[in-house]
Amino acid sequence: MTKLVVILLSAVFINNYVLSRFLGICPFLGVSKKLDSATGMSLAVIFVMLMATAATYPIQIYLLDPNGLGYLQTIVFILVIAALVQLVEIVLKRYLPSLHKSLGVYLPLITTNCAVLGVTILNIDEGYTFVEAMVNSLGSGLGFFLAMVMFSGVRSTIEGSDIPESFKGLPVTLTAAAITSLSFLGFSGVIENLFPM
Amino acid sequence: MNEILTAVIPVVIIGIICGAVLVIASKLMAVKEDERFPKIRECLPGANCGACGFAGCDGYAKALCEKEGTATNLCVPGADAVSKQLSEIMGVEFEDVIEQVAVVHCVGDCHKTQDKYDYAGIQTCSAAKLLYGGKGSCTYGCLGLGECVSVCPKNAISIVDGVARVNSRECIGCGLCTKTCPQKLITLVADVEKVVVTCSNKDKGAVTRKVCTNGCIGCKKCERVCPSGAIKVIDNCAVIDYSKCPDCEDFGVCAKNCTTGCIMLSDLSGLHRFKKEEK
Repeated sequence: MTKLVVILLSAVFINNYVLSRFLGICPFLGVSKKLDSATGMSLAVIFVMLMATAATYPIQIYLLDPNGLGYLQTIVFILVIAALVQLVEIVLKRYLPSLHKSLGVYLPLITTNCAVLGVTILNIDEGYTFVEAMVNSLGSGLGFFLAMVMFSGVRSTIEGSDIPESFKGLPVTLTAAAITSLSFLGFSGVIENLFPM
Repeated sequence: MNEILTAVIPVVIIGIICGAVLVIASKLMAVKEDERFPKIRECLPGANCGACGFAGCDGYAKALCEKEGTATNLCVPGADAVSKQLSEIMGVEFEDVIEQVAVVHCVGDCHKTQDKYDYAGIQTCSAAKLLYGGKGSCTYGCLGLGECVSVCPKNAISIVDGVARVNSRECIGCGLCTKTCPQKLITLVADVEKVVVTCSNKDKGAVTRKVCTNGCIGCKKCERVCPSGAIKVIDNCAVIDYSKCPDCEDFGVCAKNCTTGCIMLSDLSGLHRFKKEEK
């Protein structure tokens, strides 16, 4: 049980996918302008991460590994994730059209989101069991959510402040992202001391 | 050979399964689109000019589908033909479109104005305007570097002797040039009008006279001769209120009496009239 908590917390804070591993930067910069679209995007990512892990983990364990096809991991995972995202898009369009509209182009972009692919591959590499893999995906999704929500707050503050003309837009956003990611460095080592194993 | 097959077959099978799931899902959860939407969208010209007041042709089509009572005669570039098709699809009465034509309120070409300096900077009007209000002697006049030419979807504008000219036969009245012109010289005028003021200079008469032989000097002669009171000199420049023009008893008297000739008779009805005759 302690191990699950450690996996969850370290996925959220220490190995935060956006701010520590630098995966999934595109939606992080693209959709974080508004809080509600940032929340929607993050929920979609959490959902896709969980679905992707649930789908790819059995494929790896029961199909690829026994047949010595481990080298097909990347291409098969990309294929499965792309199909999943398309499925999510169809479902969203039917049942949550407003969220579908606000996500816009970023939902198809989850297809090639390296954070999602990264979670599924790292789950295998770390040698997690299925439950641990799911918990790790949930934690990674929550970490993404945390980063997105935090950064949308930072960006709304930036929007209201007086910035030199040449610094407006992407330069100030990237600098703010760097500082936000720096702050997450402070979490390293916390979990190990909280739960000595 | 076997190694290749063992790699290819699983991927193909997974791909087929994924594809099948997606096909089933898209069939099961297909979103019903308003069937009028694609039809309306097909009728519209697709210039995305925004003359209708909506965000592009898609926006107008959507508004027609979703909001009851959206007028069908808002598409100026499409003119009567589109309005007719739209009213058929929507099942409402056909309304005539008031076609509009872009008019450049400046004719101060190189024969009528002088240059203050040689401009060799970035060849756009907005850039040239930043340097002492442009190279021409008149700071209100056309800069002649053709920003309007570059946005015109129909190539209806050309620069002749350093001044933009609109070919009213080609102009569809989308109004993109009116938004682009940094001097705000271009306005849309209904194509039935016959007189236009071809000057936008707001300087006092003496100053205007020095910089351009065509400029409106604000002498108010047109104000006095106009029988219907449609012309007013505002800020030293004549402005025509076209709503009063139809009742004019002595048509064209303003143009005949203009001291500098900046009020001109002109035929704005080009393509649109041609279209009507065709029908």
